[in-house]
Amino acid sequence: MAAQDSEATHDSASRRDFLFVASGAFAAVGGAMAVWPFIDQMNPAADVLALASIEVNIGDIPVGQSIKVKWRGKPVFIRHRTPEEIREAETAPMSALKDPQADADRVEKPEWLVVVGICTHLGCVPLNYEGDYNGWFCPCHGSVYDTSGRIRRGPAPANLVVPPYTFENDTTVKIG
Amino acid sequence: MASTTKFEPKNGLVRWVDSRLPILSLMHGTLVAYPVPRNFNWWYTFGSLAGLMLVVQIATGIVLAMHYTPNTELAFASIESIMRDVNYGWLLRYIHANGASMFFMVVYIHIFRGLYYGSYKEPREMVWIIGLIIYVLMMATGFMGYVLPWGQMSFWGATVITNLFSAIPLVGDSIVTWLWGGFSVDNPTLQRFFALHYLLPFIIAAFVGMHIWALHIQGSNNPLGIEPKGPQDTVPFHPYYTAKDAVGVAIFIIFFSVFIFFMPNALGHPDNYIPADPLVTPAHIVPEWYYLPFYAILRAMTADFLGVPAKLWGVIAMFGAIFVLFLMPWLDRSKVRSARFRPVYKQFFWLLLVVVLGLGWCGAKSPDDVLVDFGVDSGLIAEQVESHIETRVQREQFAAMDHDDLDAVKTFAGRVGVTPEQFDGWVENPSYHHTFQAVDLSQILAFYYFFHFLVLVPLLGFLEKPLPLPTSISEAVLAKKKTA
Repeated sequence: MAAQDSEATHDSASRRDFLFVASGAFAAVGGAMAVWPFIDQMNPAADVLALASIEVNIGDIPVGQSIKVKWRGKPVFIRHRTPEEIREAETAPMSALKDPQADADRVEKPEWLVVVGICTHLGCVPLNYEGDYNGWFCPCHGSVYDTSGRIRRGPAPANLVVPPYTFENDTTVKIG
Repeated sequence: MASTTKFEPKNGLVRWVDSRLPILSLMHGTLVAYPVPRNFNWWYTFGSLAGLMLVVQIATGIVLAMHYTPNTELAFASIESIMRDVNYGWLLRYIHANGASMFFMVVYIHIFRGLYYGSYKEPREMVWIIGLIIYVLMMATGFMGYVLPWGQMSFWGATVITNLFSAIPLVGDSIVTWLWGGFSVDNPTLQRFFALHYLLPFIIAAFVGMHIWALHIQGSNNPLGIEPKGPQDTVPFHPYYTAKDAVGVAIFIIFFSVFIFFMPNALGHPDNYIPADPLVTPAHIVPEWYYLPFYAILRAMTADFLGVPAKLWGVIAMFGAIFVLFLMPWLDRSKVRSARFRPVYKQFFWLLLVVVLGLGWCGAKSPDDVLVDFGVDSGLIAEQVESHIETRVQREQFAAMDHDDLDAVKTFAGRVGVTPEQFDGWVENPSYHHTFQAVDLSQILAFYYFFHFLVLVPLLGFLEKPLPLPTSISEAVLAKKKTA
């Protein structure tokens, strides 16, 4: 024992150093792997992911009105736009937009706008048909969105998010 | 070899913090410099393992609580959701459920190690007593945790254990109603059990802190049971015992993993995967294995005695079985700590261990399980025949017969309307036999358990002639090394 101790202090890399580093590394990797389940358990569970898409009947929404549905715990605005609203959305000059994006890139069909109803500033739900652009107005901090759900004025940095969706048929839209 | 190193940090920030709040030097003193007898064997690793298990249970318990719902309508489904939907939920729950068993196993070994090496003796009585308080808190925590999945065993376990308190004279029923928050185990019970199950581990952690504090005041006992006489008898906790305990932890985790990954339900009961039903009791209800010895003692009390009903005796005996452990420092009068130098106590120690394991075995049995069948009890058969007799003449005739002569009794029985098939049925039925049942064995073992602590241990302190003790730890260690 005593002989080995003195040997260890003289050699630059002894057998003991190797064992020490190897077992330390093994314990560190093992510890990190053991921690992962404790972190990942907070990610969405299988039952939450299973609820990630919904089907909505839009056949009953007249032109000029909109509905609010819940998708993944958040509101989604489905707006049946009037020709006037569509025209406003399509003709808005790109230079006037804070987060420039053409209306055509934000809709599948021009008469239907589908956006997540969460202000991109800090997560409040904006009020419908309010604000100077006939779109939405967020009461929390005064962000104003147009008829394409694009940010026009106020602190929000980005347009209202367009969720993934498809038209199953003329009256049914599948969100998610 | 220096046994202790002073805490002298080179880093200025560390010095600044420590001079204002000496938390770092406290940790240094507890986990690094603490002088430990140099002759610990592997049984001394179980203290660290118990600490590890408390951490594992709290860590997994907190994340399970993020997904569990303490409501009778939702609890069972939320457990199933943890098992099926939550990421790694199955793993976390199996660690927690088997972790309870591991925690108890480690603590039982830790307690028996203390009994063997006399660690409860002066001046370490407080270490022992706080340790037993931790053990009692663990039992309460484990019990309430078992109720949370709200399966059949959860519900009926909760019902049976809370009903223990109904044995208390006068106020028993009021106490049980108070515990339940109603007239049966129901939603209020589940909710309070959940709150307490979450609270108690932190109380346990506080007691663990006191356990270690009290231990470090007097210093650890050791397999020789003699006090260190100087620095030559001790080594600093780090790196000597941190390294040794790390090896113990590695081996223990392998053992633990075998249960988690290959037999996660081996220590549980299938009935707990049936949702709780207050209208149907499972045929055979038993507690978790770690309560079985005490459960056997509870059921061993079958007779009213001294005007006290058997039910109350059962509860007294069960709690008494734990309470006698608290008295151990005063029941044991021997000046010698370690059983290594107590040739007679050593043998009784192993016998006690066998008795406790035997009680555990009995606890898992149904009390009327027949262990040994001595054959037909002719007296019981005769009673059956007698119940069919209608006339006085026949009764006198039967009384004059030799009841051990079963053929004659059978012939007579035929005359009073007992068919031969009926008679043979009685003869074959073990309940008409002389038998030795699980409850009989429990009674013998329970008696011995108390006999050990209340009679043998005090007597041995006076009667036993201990072997000569070594003069110092280092001398004994070096002598052992020479012979090896």
